[in-house]
Amino acid sequence: MKRKTVSVWVGGAAGDGIASVGESLAKIFARNGLQLYAYNSYQSVIRGGHVWWQMRAGSEKVYTQPENCHLLIALNQDTIDQHALGVERGGGILFNADRLQVRPEHMANGAQSFGLPISKLTKLPIMQNTVATAAFMYLTELPLESLEKALSERFAKKKADVVQANIEAARAGYEFAKQNWKPFGLGLQISDKQRLVMTGNQAIAVGALAANCKFYSAYPMTPASGILHFLAPNGPKRGMCVKQCEDEIAAINMAIGAGQTGTRSMTGTSGGGFSLMTEAVGLAGMLETPIVIVNVQRGGPSTGLPTKTEQGDLFQVLGASQGEFPRIILAPQTIEDAFYTTAEAFNLADKYQCPVIILSDLMLSEHTETVDKLELGVKIERGEIVTEANGDGYKRYLDTPSGISPRALPGTRGTIYVSASDEHDEKGVVISDVFTDPPTRKKMVEKRMRKMDNARKELAKTYAPALEGTPGAEVTLVGWGSTINLLRALARRLEEEGTKTNIFLVKVIAPFLTEETTAILSKCKRLVMIEQNFTSQMARLLRMETGIRISDRILKYDGEPFAASDTFAQLKKILAKTPAPAVAGVGSR
Amino acid sequence: MADAAVFKSEIKPDWCPGCGDFGVLNSLQKACADLNLDPKDIMVVSGIGCSSNLPGFFNSYGMHTLHGRSIPVASGVKLGNHELTVIMTGGDGDGYGIGVGHFVHAMRRNLDITYIVMDNQIYGLTTGQASPTTERLVKTKSTPTGNLESQLNPIALALAGGASFVARGFSGEPLQLAELYKKAIQHKGFALVDVFSPCVTYNKTNTYPWFKERCYKLEDENHDVKNFDAAMKKSQEWGDKLPLGVFYANERTTYEEAEPSLQNGALSKQPTVPLDAAILLEFV
Repeated sequence: MKRKTVSVWVGGAAGDGIASVGESLAKIFARNGLQLYAYNSYQSVIRGGHVWWQMRAGSEKVYTQPENCHLLIALNQDTIDQHALGVERGGGILFNADRLQVRPEHMANGAQSFGLPISKLTKLPIMQNTVATAAFMYLTELPLESLEKALSERFAKKKADVVQANIEAARAGYEFAKQNWKPFGLGLQISDKQRLVMTGNQAIAVGALAANCKFYSAYPMTPASGILHFLAPNGPKRGMCVKQCEDEIAAINMAIGAGQTGTRSMTGTSGGGFSLMTEAVGLAGMLETPIVIVNVQRGGPSTGLPTKTEQGDLFQVLGASQGEFPRIILAPQTIEDAFYTTAEAFNLADKYQCPVIILSDLMLSEHTETVDKLELGVKIERGEIVTEANGDGYKRYLDTPSGISPRALPGTRGTIYVSASDEHDEKGVVISDVFTDPPTRKKMVEKRMRKMDNARKELAKTYAPALEGTPGAEVTLVGWGSTINLLRALARRLEEEGTKTNIFLVKVIAPFLTEETTAILSKCKRLVMIEQNFTSQMARLLRMETGIRISDRILKYDGEPFAASDTFAQLKKILAKTPAPAVAGVGSR
Repeated sequence: MADAAVFKSEIKPDWCPGCGDFGVLNSLQKACADLNLDPKDIMVVSGIGCSSNLPGFFNSYGMHTLHGRSIPVASGVKLGNHELTVIMTGGDGDGYGIGVGHFVHAMRRNLDITYIVMDNQIYGLTTGQASPTTERLVKTKSTPTGNLESQLNPIALALAGGASFVARGFSGEPLQLAELYKKAIQHKGFALVDVFSPCVTYNKTNTYPWFKERCYKLEDENHDVKNFDAAMKKSQEWGDKLPLGVFYANERTTYEEAEPSLQNGALSKQPTVPLDAAILLEFV
């Protein structure tokens, strides 16, 4: 174990406090200048079940959660039984020796047993997490003071004696470890470099605040609730109205109402909630009201896997709502990207007066990672807004060469108009009932759809499709969303073995950047699609939009995120075979 | 006092001749004129249905939205710019059928908005199916042997739901109706005005003469609008006697008054400011 990284798993039942142990450890690592990537595997229960926090930290950038660990902090017996064999040789299992047992079979892979006599170290059994964390600090040579600070913060709202009791328990745990064991000698390089520790959902929330979003409406739904939970306490201080609604139908319709007034508005949900929002996505398209919608994908269909990750909603968001209307769909890839993409989504919504959908996934939204910095001063572009009537009679849906009709916010003198869900003319007068008028209908459809011409051009610049890695590589790994880190890790491994590899991620899902994407992919030697669904939705979209068929696919739909080594083995099997034709041929599916 | 004509749009209503919705529209125009409102400060939000075409005929900002969704859209409008006078208009199918979930929550939320329901006890635009307020055993296109469900009581529902203003009007009583609108708009909080607005084409039971015979005015009986129990009792009257007027009016703190983010004026009018770096302290 000479790598300058440490991998830790914390396991227990829901209610055991895993998340707080994990979050404290994450802050402690970051405050000591280390970088980290953590994923919490949990279930839809409040008490019981099995919660499993997996974190890797190191002196350099880390990209994925660990597949094995140096140290397992076990808060119940189930964790020891399930994960002891995942501890690397020379690593160890920290556990409450009063209650739990590490038996010889648990150490078959070379793990050491680090039993803590909790009752001798603290009077309160509830302190077992603190004692174990302190012992962890000793074994990994992290300063105990960082833990003491984290404990003071975590229990700041409780009585002073709670903080003191925790600190005493931490000191006892640290001292016990020092008396009985030796540090691992991992060589972690502690530094003063400060980084942010955040989740993708938090990045989306901060991105919205940076964009001056003033209205967020939502109904609680995993895994999007993290956005609501961050904005509820932090939004109102910054002038944002955060509205929990009676359902997702209300959430999106309220966002549309607020958006109509000129207030930047966002709503967020997961696939099930997005299903309920579907009709109103089209309303925003028809009224040309700017709104941002976040869909954090989880395992489907129906309520599916509430706490597990998947990329199964691609066609859902592409096809959401009846009829045809302009929409922009963006799939952020990393935490920083989630921040900047969200901020930019508001500019796009305002400029093109259409719904902008941010398609995240549980893995991206809920994993914790260190981030170097976020530039909070994002560009803000409100699009064309009429502040004064020009006297000719304002037309809200004026047919312009760009298709964009300058918007007047309600209350602007001389600009009275109705925005109608039914088809309407340039003034907003409905043509659906007695005045049905094919030429006007045709004109208005074309006006709306034309907006996407400029949007497409702008998006092709802002998010220019590009290969990352070795130019002219033998192998191109293709994916979207949170799997960017996996693709990078796989590419590095292939390169280490001598196979030139690069990666390609689809960021702009709609309007699809067909020309640019086709130009890139058609020159690639061998394409392998890696995505988290059963039907390879992105490969099918690529085929639809570019004609390029990627038949080599690694697909995962068991709810857990890709594990790099397992995926690498699958990739090697694929690459050992003759390449399948990349371009569609007769009889291909 | 402004002229009601100020609130007439260029579009002539396309309702059937004799439709109760004409009376609703005229009375609303008169009420807004009497209150000296400026069309540019009003937003009328509707759902879908015959009555939901009203914003097109009314000169103010308007939104014609989805079936049953006028309440959440209007709530968003009010939260986005609470300086606007926000009025929702729709029918019984829109508000008490597909949109009833929003109705219940809007009442306990108590935004300062006015909800006018043109209640004709039938689905008109879809050519005559039973609605939530269709009486039991009435035959409609969708209930050829008679409606098996009992009718929803919007007044009782609104009272139970916590509406701070509950009234009922009738398009055949346009002067009283305009007065009810004025009270509803001036009322600080969520106000429901359920209006008997006969459908002359598809509802041959609940007609103008039918209502005329039965309706009486609560104000003639010295009904105490602050007495919740009395209001609930009056809400149960149906059949030979149908009360019109304000059942209940009792102001309480509105959502806008309590919502911290609205204390510095309308959200839509807030200046663009860079996000303070203190937010990053949440992540260290």
